[in-house]
Amino acid sequence: MFKFALGRLMQAVPVLLVVITVTFFLVHSAPGGPFDADKAVPPEVLKALEAQYNLDQPMWKQYLSYLGDVVQGDLGPSFKYSGRTVNELIGAGLPTTAELAFYAMLVALGVGITAGITASMRPNTMQDYIPMSAAMIGICMPSFLLGPLLVLIFGIHLEWLPVSGWGDIPGDKILPSITLGTAYAAYIARLSRGGMLEVLSQDYIRTARAKGLSEPIVIAKHALRGGLIPVVSFLGPAFAGLLGGSFVVETIFQIPGLGRFYVQAAFNRDYTLILGMTVFFSTLIIIFNLLSDMLAIWLNPKLRQEIRGSN
Amino acid sequence: MAILEVKGLKVYFHTRNGLVKAVDDVSFSVDSGETLAIVGESGSGKSVTCYSLLDLLPKPPAKIEGGTAFFDGEDLLTCSPDRMRHHRCNDIAVIFQDPMTSLNPFLTIGEQLIEPLIYHPDKTLRQSRPKARERAIQLLDEVGIIDPHSRFDCYPHEFSGGMRQRVMIAMALITEPRLLICDEPTTALDVTIQAQILKLIKKLQQTHDVAVIFISHDLGVVAGIADKVLVMCEGTIRETGNTDSVFYRSQDEYTKKLLAAIPSGPKKLESRVKPETLIKVSHLKTHFNDYSKQKIDGKYALIKAVDDVSLNILRGEILGLVGESGSGKSTLGRSILQLVPNTSGIVNFGADQLTGLSPRQLVPWRRRMQMIFQDPYASLNPRMTVYETLSEPLLYHGLANRENVLSRVSELMDEVGLARGSMRKYPHEFSGGQRQRIAIGRAIATKPEFIIADEPVSALDVTIQAQILDLILDLVESHNLTMMFISHDLSVVRYISDRVMIMHHGVIVEEGKTEALWANPQDPYTQNLLRSIPIADPLLERARIENI
Repeated sequence: MFKFALGRLMQAVPVLLVVITVTFFLVHSAPGGPFDADKAVPPEVLKALEAQYNLDQPMWKQYLSYLGDVVQGDLGPSFKYSGRTVNELIGAGLPTTAELAFYAMLVALGVGITAGITASMRPNTMQDYIPMSAAMIGICMPSFLLGPLLVLIFGIHLEWLPVSGWGDIPGDKILPSITLGTAYAAYIARLSRGGMLEVLSQDYIRTARAKGLSEPIVIAKHALRGGLIPVVSFLGPAFAGLLGGSFVVETIFQIPGLGRFYVQAAFNRDYTLILGMTVFFSTLIIIFNLLSDMLAIWLNPKLRQEIRGSN
Repeated sequence: MAILEVKGLKVYFHTRNGLVKAVDDVSFSVDSGETLAIVGESGSGKSVTCYSLLDLLPKPPAKIEGGTAFFDGEDLLTCSPDRMRHHRCNDIAVIFQDPMTSLNPFLTIGEQLIEPLIYHPDKTLRQSRPKARERAIQLLDEVGIIDPHSRFDCYPHEFSGGMRQRVMIAMALITEPRLLICDEPTTALDVTIQAQILKLIKKLQQTHDVAVIFISHDLGVVAGIADKVLVMCEGTIRETGNTDSVFYRSQDEYTKKLLAAIPSGPKKLESRVKPETLIKVSHLKTHFNDYSKQKIDGKYALIKAVDDVSLNILRGEILGLVGESGSGKSTLGRSILQLVPNTSGIVNFGADQLTGLSPRQLVPWRRRMQMIFQDPYASLNPRMTVYETLSEPLLYHGLANRENVLSRVSELMDEVGLARGSMRKYPHEFSGGQRQRIAIGRAIATKPEFIIADEPVSALDVTIQAQILDLILDLVESHNLTMMFISHDLSVVRYISDRVMIMHHGVIVEEGKTEALWANPQDPYTQNLLRSIPIADPLLERARIENI
């Protein structure tokens, strides 16, 4: 398994290189620059700024020196947040965003798997149609609509939960987590329903029933492991998506996470911050995909032994 | 005394396409220690009958519309779910057809074996894990699993097909059932493995004193194992009686048809062999890398699917190629047709060499040699109509043009015995036998000289199989075909071939004129293979079993 993981990480190096290269030249070719503020900056100041951030160098030189820094784990200084490095900015926002993503994932898994299994037990009945219709709505509902809606109902009308903040008042983490997790819950519900239906039609489920096992044991012991493999494979992309897609939710609920840096960086042409965030998220996506693949392999005895055998 | 008494059983399927009477008014009884065989072709309702007894049918669409099934004075069809679990755990066990799919790939076989004991619905009968493990290991030993202690913790994929079926049998016996339902338990297995498994079932039936319901389409197997036979067709009972009377004094037309359809005895068609070599294969090797094992010195181990095979096929000859699964017979066929890259060796078609030709250079040869594949469900493109399937090779090879392609396809439909009117239909609208007719039509469309038929009748019922075999023989005669007929079914090969080759582990172990080889096999593997074929005649079959 270690060798497998190492091999996959080696494959990630060229992927990251392509990501960095494409992003680097894209942001630099976008019209405008980091110091094109509303107020005109005197030319000599601009020159000094550009010299400070190496922007006066030829493009290929900037690219190579950036690459050199990234290899050493240095994502460079931010152009807009003067005096702060991109590493610091990510370090400041990451814990909050990671926590939000984690809770949203719990919501997504808890609700999604439960709904999916429930639906798969009696396909094409009300027990299937109701959760699956709800899942369809969940997928269609954008978070900028769902968030304010939840705030209106639970924050303002019922006054059960706080309307914004993160970690200030008890319970203020509930609505953002639900808002962010809903679409993923819906997707996981559909995946787990499909996976379970597939497995429940297998011959070995009939064998398990013929042995006189009770239905809960048939489901929990014989069906779940195979049925949830699609969900496990989805976990990696989902987690990366939750981390990267939290901007809207962070804005609605005034959460000091990573998302706002990303969007503001794009508006500000904060080259290093855009690049730094992209590199960071690409790395996360690669790592989480690897983890979920490893989990899927570990769950399948045949694949597990093949991987072990190849080491 | 009857331990199971079924009366007037009716199971209907309510499908979108209407009502299907899968089982319609079926009655039978089984005594303890007795073996009842339920015989029928696919769709006859034999499996549905047995699954309905244990409530294993998907409901909906299945619905039990009537009847009773008394087991020990309790009606299985109306008993509560708890009582049903009790029966499944205590009294009635099932051995399913396909040991590849009927065991859970995610759990060790040991875990699956002990489940009925450790999750027993009756708490007083529930056993502890160590005790259940002990019992399971003892049973694994009894069904012939070597080193049961360490094999207990292995996963199903670590066992061969025959070994998995032994595990299934151990699993069925672990609860000490009084009734054992065997649903085609050897259909997915090779004939030599089948012989071992049948022997094992028979022996265990005697030592454990269970009643057996044995579902099968194979009359040879039934002849040897059954005390009573029930013949089913389209959901109804056609004939029932003790084995000898059904086989020797059948009153029913359908039963007679079934018995007559079994290919038996030597070839009927007169040999048309001409002394001219059409296909010459010299020292052919086809090796694959074994990616499932680790590299040794930077190289994968080799699977020698075809290992130094040389053969000649004369013009007009039908050469039977026999082997069990994994023997390399299909790969040999594909290698000859240049459908897989040859590792080394030479294949000649007439005077010309095929090996080493580029795909483009092979195109004219493709017209002259064709293949009929095993599974007519998988080998036809489901998104192409019959017309499209049949016209494609004609147009591609320039054997027809836009104007006359329709009449050429119509002629082909006539030749393979399909109605011209169904030309615009898609494969799923046809039965298995009709699909194989389409596949045969596609193969003969280009008027080839040489055809490799790879298990063309294995997926078909016996009456359909007889029709397709006759069709193939007719076409061989009318088109002057040379054929290599690949099969695991020795009776079929004997019925159709002039000459036979026996393949084992990538090598031809024996070769000879069909009847000579049958009468006097030399190689021990061939001898064992021929000894293992069930005979659809109770007296002969019992004698055969006695002798092995």
